[in-house]
Amino acid sequence: MLRAVVLRLVTTAITLIGVAVIVFVVIRVVPGNPIALMLPPGATEEDVARLTALYGLDKSLPAQFLIWVQGVVQGDFGTSITARQPVLDLVLGRLPATLELSVMALVIACLLGGVAALTGTRRRDTKVEGAIDVANGMALSVPDFLWGLILILAFGVLIPVFHISGRVTPSLDLPFATNFYLFESLLRLRFDLWADIVSHMFLPALALAIPLAAIIGQLLKQSLKETMHLDYVTLSRTKGYGENHVILREALPNAVLPTLTLVGVQFTFLIGGTVIIERLFSYEGLGNMAIDAVINRDLPLIQGIVILFAVIFTAVNLIVDLTYAALNPRLRHGG
Amino acid sequence: MSFLSVENLSLRIRGDGARLLRSVTLAVRPGEVMGLVGESGAGKSMIGKAILGILPRAVELSGGRIVLEGQDLGTLPAAERRRVIGAKAALIPQDPLTALNPSRRIGPQITDRLVDILGWDRARAEARAADLLAEVQIPQPARVMRSYPHELSGGMRQRVLIASAFAAEPKLIVADEPTTALDVTVQKQILRLIRQMQERHGTALLFVTHDLGVVSKVCQNLTVLYAGAVVERATVGAFFAGPAHPYSRALLAATPKYTDPTGSLTPVPEAVVAAVRAEVVAMDEAEDG
Amino acid sequence: MAVEGIDGRGRVRRRAGMRLWLSGLWLALVALVALLAPWIAPKDPLMQDLFLGRMPPFWTPGAEPGFWLGTDSLGRDVLSRIIHGARVAMTVALVAGTITALIGATLGLMAGFLRGWVDLVISRMIDIWMAFPPVLFSILLIAVLGPGLTSIIIAIVVIDWTRFARVVRAEAMAQGAMDYVASARVAGRGRIGTMLVEIGPNVLPTIAVLLTLEMGIAVIVEAILSFVNLSISTDDPTWGGMIAEGRASVHQAWWVLVFPLVTLFLTVLAFSQLGEGLKDRFDPVLR
Ligand SMILES: Nc1ncnc2c1ncn2[C@@H]1O[C@H](COP(=O)(O)OP(=O)(O)O)[C@@H](O)[C@H]1O
Ligand SMILES: [Mg+2]
Repeated sequence: MLRAVVLRLVTTAITLIGVAVIVFVVIRVVPGNPIALMLPPGATEEDVARLTALYGLDKSLPAQFLIWVQGVVQGDFGTSITARQPVLDLVLGRLPATLELSVMALVIACLLGGVAALTGTRRRDTKVEGAIDVANGMALSVPDFLWGLILILAFGVLIPVFHISGRVTPSLDLPFATNFYLFESLLRLRFDLWADIVSHMFLPALALAIPLAAIIGQLLKQSLKETMHLDYVTLSRTKGYGENHVILREALPNAVLPTLTLVGVQFTFLIGGTVIIERLFSYEGLGNMAIDAVINRDLPLIQGIVILFAVIFTAVNLIVDLTYAALNPRLRHGG
Repeated sequence: MSFLSVENLSLRIRGDGARLLRSVTLAVRPGEVMGLVGESGAGKSMIGKAILGILPRAVELSGGRIVLEGQDLGTLPAAERRRVIGAKAALIPQDPLTALNPSRRIGPQITDRLVDILGWDRARAEARAADLLAEVQIPQPARVMRSYPHELSGGMRQRVLIASAFAAEPKLIVADEPTTALDVTVQKQILRLIRQMQERHGTALLFVTHDLGVVSKVCQNLTVLYAGAVVERATVGAFFAGPAHPYSRALLAATPKYTDPTGSLTPVPEAVVAAVRAEVVAMDEAEDG
Repeated sequence: MAVEGIDGRGRVRRRAGMRLWLSGLWLALVALVALLAPWIAPKDPLMQDLFLGRMPPFWTPGAEPGFWLGTDSLGRDVLSRIIHGARVAMTVALVAGTITALIGATLGLMAGFLRGWVDLVISRMIDIWMAFPPVLFSILLIAVLGPGLTSIIIAIVVIDWTRFARVVRAEAMAQGAMDYVASARVAGRGRIGTMLVEIGPNVLPTIAVLLTLEMGIAVIVEAILSFVNLSISTDDPTWGGMIAEGRASVHQAWWVLVFPLVTLFLTVLAFSQLGEGLKDRFDPVLR
């Protein structure tokens, strides 16, 4: 058990270092001198040299990497070239927006997928199940980017019920102390703000959720249908319980477990999808900032964001494994 | 007066129409232990499933009726039928390892029917469950009720399932090969336990088995099934003294020793099988014609 | 194995057959249009005419004859741009898809069959790759490589090789554990020889399925990169570029977004359905 944990931590560390090295190497091959871009026209050679040294770009690659790693260990991810603020502050400032979006998408995906799976199981071997299968197939065939565009057209333009740009209406006065707008507006009982934020978040979250919902729907339905044949489900029927009770109380808890691990991996894909979806909906999150950073050649910022994504991915996988262990009575009791 | 009567029950596979039960008639009186025997695939379990309303989706009722305490189950709306069956009948399943929900504690799996279907209050149901667990000789009932199934041995789980079957004081229990999946040593204890419980509670028992040895020990009467058709009905005494039907005779002859559950069967002679098959085909033709 | 006739399997198969046909037909159409673009496009896709900006499609009042699907804000013909955009999409799908498959499958085959340190290195690389958000990674690569068709293809190959490597590695391990590979080794074939001759043909169906799916992904990646304005030069018509333009003016001229979006949607759907259909064909037990 301990060995497994240690091994897990070591491979995670290797993965993160690998990510850091690759980003580091890749972005230093970027053509165009970012320093030259940030100086006003007419700057002297000396100015360029001074700034280059300031950002440590005059040293050799391995030396730069070491300096960067030293900083990271102390919580210093460098300074953004365009914003001239610490990368960590910028990144942490945007992280809540992306986290809220991802979690909302996950919740929507679980709800949609769960309903599809339960309905499909309840009406198994009928046309309803066939229709659900077809819908799942469609949802899976097309990536979040396209769903986002379709949602923009459908619910932003054709029937304009949701906002399609930004995180919150800019003219609103925000009393928030943190960047967890959705969460904090609830805590402060500002339901007017909350509604505005949800109206902005809903379509991007739905776009991210659709493919995952399809996966959950398929896997959970398959798992449920297998469970429905088991003896304890049949025994429960003889006790006088109807189909709904049997599916929800006897089959569902056991069918969820096998689905969970796969959903974890898929959730990391969803988080990766926030990059383009945030761009598509002009949502002020990490992904949108990342694309700007790439376009502006803001090397320290790109590095910081990519590392943060990698950390989130590995953390999600870890959490899924722990949840799995916690939910499974067999593992929990070491039986 | 019989408490359970199955009248001319016929089952088919949906779609291809293959017959699983051919006009089976069967009656069980209150407190009676009725053995239902026949080789594997004869349709014994299907009878039990039909009574308990748990036929597989692929199987359809093509004729006959099932009457439980004067109520024709087929005429009841589905929800009411489930409730009646849940209140009056119960199942002791074949495999205790798969018949308990792995993610639920033992206690609720015994009390759920009492609370949800019969409307008992929880405390009373829990006290009842603890009593029953003690009655089936499970030590520390309170602790077992808080356990998960995987924490118990196969024999213990079967005891739990027996306790659960008796929880609502049903009038009828269907025991479908309740010892087949257990160790030989545990089998005898469980058989004795089922019989004790049945006597003490005065429950009618429909005991499904392929093992004539078990029937001789547990049952008062028996029904012999072949290819979905009843070929003989008799008291246990009369049957073992001399079965009337040639297939029964062959079946009895093929059982080496009633007392040895592991003994291998010598096959029923071809001629007998052919004769019974002809009988069954004649029944089908009569039904179709 | 699979019992014919029971539980409507026949119907499932027929539906799968139609799915294959429809997808194939659509993709063939797109490929043909891409090939013949210069001859069938009604207008020059680059020709601007500011007096003809944002003309609606033909069935709406105010439509300009000859511009069937309307014009964008610069007065360029939407239909002609979609037709020419098919060239980029199909090129990326075929070239990037094939190269990704070749490289990914080779690495997966090596890892799964040679095991040892080769497997260790490749598996670790796969882990690292899985920790990257793919869209961000591709944008980063394009920023490094500079815009252009070649860059897009390289970016797709660099990012997506793991899709093939993961599956082929697992398959090769499973196949490698089977008896016939051992007997081939005994019969005197070398390791590399065994790998190619015995395992290769067995993983080919899997690779074909993945390749089809990958082509759809490549089309999407190209569109995404065009969308963030990092694809090929901004003038050249691409579906993603058109979508970016359409997204910006969605409230004024919906058709600039809708038509390229529908084309992209159908193409991606077709690749994916073709892949799923092939999967059913090769492995009827799977479904
Ligand atoms: N779910 C099912 N669908 C269709 N046929 C079934 C199903 N379960 C059992 N059968 C068939 O019904 C017949 C009777 O089965 P069963 O009652 O289980 O026999 P047994 O007498 O061994 O208990 C067998 O021929 C079996 O193949
Ligand atoms: Mg049986």
